[in-house]
Amino acid sequence: MSTGCDIEPGASSESVLVVSESCDNIEQMSSSLEEIKNSNSVVSSDETIENCNNIDNFEDACSNMNLNAAQDDDYMRNKEWLSKKKHIFVLSSAGKPIYSRYGNEDKLATLYGVMQALVSFVQDQNDSIQSIHAGDTLFVFLFKNHLILVAVSKSGESISQLISQLNYVFNQITSVLTLTRLNKIYEQRRNYDLRRLLSGVERLIDHLLDFSEREPAFILGGVQCLTLPLSVRDTISSAIVQACNKIKNLVFAILLANNKLITLVRMKKYCIHPVDLHLILNLVQASESLIHPVDLHLILNLVQASESLKTAESWTPLCLPRFDASGFLYGHVSYLSEDCQACLLLLTVERDVFFTLSEAKQRIVEKLRRANCLEAINQSLNTKEETCTAIGFPELRHYLYKCKYTAQFYQPSISPPYTLDLSRLLDVYKAAHQMLHCPSRPLKLIFQRTPKEAILAWDTKGFELYAVLEPLTDTTTAIGIISKLLSWIKKHEGKLFHLNAPTF
Amino acid sequence: MKVIVGKLVVVGHPGVGKTSTVIRYIERTFNTEVSSTIGASYFNCKMEIEDIIVKFQIWDTAGQERFKAMVPMFYRNANAALLVFDITKRESFDSIKVWVNELKKNIREKIVMFVVGNKIDLPDRQVSKDEALQYSHSIGATYYECSAKEDQGIQQIFVGLARAVSQLSGTEVGHNLKVLDASSCRALVADASDANATDVGRTENCDFILFTIISFLKQANKLTIWLRKQSF
Repeated sequence: MSTGCDIEPGASSESVLVVSESCDNIEQMSSSLEEIKNSNSVVSSDETIENCNNIDNFEDACSNMNLNAAQDDDYMRNKEWLSKKKHIFVLSSAGKPIYSRYGNEDKLATLYGVMQALVSFVQDQNDSIQSIHAGDTLFVFLFKNHLILVAVSKSGESISQLISQLNYVFNQITSVLTLTRLNKIYEQRRNYDLRRLLSGVERLIDHLLDFSEREPAFILGGVQCLTLPLSVRDTISSAIVQACNKIKNLVFAILLANNKLITLVRMKKYCIHPVDLHLILNLVQASESLIHPVDLHLILNLVQASESLKTAESWTPLCLPRFDASGFLYGHVSYLSEDCQACLLLLTVERDVFFTLSEAKQRIVEKLRRANCLEAINQSLNTKEETCTAIGFPELRHYLYKCKYTAQFYQPSISPPYTLDLSRLLDVYKAAHQMLHCPSRPLKLIFQRTPKEAILAWDTKGFELYAVLEPLTDTTTAIGIISKLLSWIKKHEGKLFHLNAPTF
Repeated sequence: MKVIVGKLVVVGHPGVGKTSTVIRYIERTFNTEVSSTIGASYFNCKMEIEDIIVKFQIWDTAGQERFKAMVPMFYRNANAALLVFDITKRESFDSIKVWVNELKKNIREKIVMFVVGNKIDLPDRQVSKDEALQYSHSIGATYYECSAKEDQGIQQIFVGLARAVSQLSGTEVGHNLKVLDASSCRALVADASDANATDVGRTENCDFILFTIISFLKQANKLTIWLRKQSF
């Protein structure tokens, strides 16, 4: 066994994912795209310039859109609207509405005015407003690249959790426009109505917010893998590598099913050449061309929100803000076949290689079919994860295990009493996560018993573990269960995690 | 038997039903929950018109403004364009005019243009049939009306397209359709029409000739190998 037993379960020497904790600092913009393009010299067109020319044509259109706003402040009296647990608003720094999670932005114009006023009032004093606490309602503000994002929440989530959700929303906007273009738009016209360019994106944002509220992946900043025998996963990876290794400028090949990662193959680091040397330095900064979990979440969201992708092959421009916020990658997106609903994404920096990738996809599918991998994927998709009881932990109700080295996590199937009230379980996890990651006083180990459940949360250098136990479990039993659980995970790590990090 | 391979691009305002129209024809289904296309989707379809097989490579593009920069690579080398608008939305009809200008400006070869008014199942029509018909004639396009939801007129559009494209291929010059003679080299036809014939962003004619030569060489190679085996 190559990985010694002292290593944390699920850890491996190389990772397919960037494992940094933070998810908000895309200001330090990387330039991975340029690197990949430049390393293969002849690549055309400066897209951002092309894109920005469109802006001018719509000046007139923009101005009409806001005329019919203002009059109607119905929402302020609308009980349903007021009773929503969490509102999310996005506006431009000039106060133009861009997005509201509930209700029509135009009818909320006055509200946006107030938000803009609050932000700019504090800004005038060279300060920035972060949050307002009013009873059980929390107003959180995030100011980013000409956009103001606001969360109004009664959900009990902490400021940092809300900020991270706002960051996701911002990343989603960036992923359809690129950061470069977003900045350019507002540098040229501060008053621009961004909804012009974001039509259809509201749906993606809505979906992202719902998705982030019900998936522990977002709390943990990790990705769950589809349970597959190690050998099957390796066969799949090598099928992809074989089919794609002749294709230039292919950055990532990602196979997903049911929101879980099957495999991710990435571009190899470049050979050392004097000219390449600074590229490599740059590359290290750009996190070694690894894909950030935040980016992966955006991809998952895209795939989920676009059922129409199921029927055809698509050619989709996509900016991965943590990989390179300045430009687009182009994705060949397709489902493996009618009888296997796993989604394959081939991401490249070239915009005109659809057919090359389409052929590569056919080769991959043939290889997988011959190796019976499609069946293996289907089988795993059709069987639920085992519950804790089934693997011999009757006192354990549910747990989340995240390996920090690979940014992957695992959770068993939901079992009673949470099958009917999943959101309560998530709230328990959110609260525990907040205690471990509270910026002012982070904790390493928590054991907390409430009338309803006991929770043990443990943050180590290599992993984070959150275990929800029967309420009467005492400390010693809990510790015993946890150490038994860790060795169980270690024993099954090959199946539960994507350990090898294949490259082209 | 003749095989024609053509590239069809579907353009129009967001939300007029481009994807729904294509999916209605290809899969004979309709989904009320179709989300907006991101970038473009690619479909293949094959039709038989009398003794001619017409294969379309369909590029269903996204209508949103932000994808505008991307669309040229889909209509480049297109042989046919489906310009879709929503008869209940005036502005979607007006935007057809912008599309027509763009196509005319950027495509030098002859192109078959069909203007399609979708959603005739809906009551509040804003664009009259006469007006759309008149406009279509003025730009040398054919006008059809359909409802992707109720499956009205969809079949006619695609059959019409196939006929128009096969007529276009009959004229000697001014188009870049692949016309292949199936009886002489069947294998080649299958290969060529499935993938390589119209590629996104390539100069195809050269490409196609090269491809033909390579295919021939491959065949020849196989033959020699086979001959060698026989001699052993």
